[in-house]
Amino acid sequence: MRPTRTRVYPDEPAGPFPSPPTTYEDPEGREIVLETLEGDAETAIEALTDMYVQFDPADRAQGIPPTGEDRIRQWLEPILAKGHNVVARHGDDFVGHATLVPDTDDPDSMDEDSDVEWELAIFVLQDYQRGGIGTQLLENLLGAACDAGVSHVWLTVERWNGPAIALYERVGFELCGTESFEQEMSIRLR
Amino acid sequence: MHVLLGLEGSDESLKTLEKTLDRVQEVGDELTVALVGKPEAKRSVEEMRDLTRDHLETEGVDADIKVLDGDPGSALVEYAEAEGFDQLVIGGGTRSPMGKVRLGPITEFVLLNATITVKLVR
Repeated sequence: MRPTRTRVYPDEPAGPFPSPPTTYEDPEGREIVLETLEGDAETAIEALTDMYVQFDPADRAQGIPPTGEDRIRQWLEPILAKGHNVVARHGDDFVGHATLVPDTDDPDSMDEDSDVEWELAIFVLQDYQRGGIGTQLLENLLGAACDAGVSHVWLTVERWNGPAIALYERVGFELCGTESFEQEMSIRLR
Repeated sequence: MHVLLGLEGSDESLKTLEKTLDRVQEVGDELTVALVGKPEAKRSVEEMRDLTRDHLETEGVDADIKVLDGDPGSALVEYAEAEGFDQLVIGGGTRSPMGKVRLGPITEFVLLNATITVKLVR
């Protein structure tokens, strides 16, 4: 499969980024572990569904996460099956999730992770926001992805969401064209 | 109610057509379909005209089909206003690989500039 890219990417790779697991103490003194999501698929989906049902609907972006357990599970299945996933864990509970999904119609025909572009999204439960967990999740996901061979990552963010755009820029994302209501950003890892 | 349905050549447009035909039949709205061209569209305006005719015939809905030239967003808004339609219906966005809703430039122009009610179909 030949890489075909439609977006503009920075010339230079960003990073280096930390590889999970990483332990981080948030400003409330809570010990947060950033780790790749492993173990069997059912357990992972259940644990993440428990997190997403608590997600404040006001924090949804561009229609995700969906609401309702069934729709959350349906949405998570392909993300966990085909994507790279890092979670923020506090004790036994997941409090944040960062994910990369391959931007291809046919993920099964993908030979190498470097063949395709990957779309990124990140979610942090309301009670854990504004404490740097988002940045930790983002950096650890990019570290894990880079280790796996991923090179081109993009995301969209609502154009008026200045704080999110600033966070992505600090990590190394650059603006790459705007698609109306959404701003596209991209980063090169390798 | 007289409804103007704006379509370009995407799969999203076909879904919007199907859902709108269902709705029109349910409530007995009067329907006009406006086709706009988009250079990167999957189907040409001619293909869309044929597909729309087929769907109208299959569903037994009587509607005019109008091809609008020029910038798609402004052509739709101008036509809808000039002809006094009650509502302009367009597609409600595609989904990214992650499942995020993405609204394109035509949708944005219509939402921000139309003076009549706009309906987005999901």
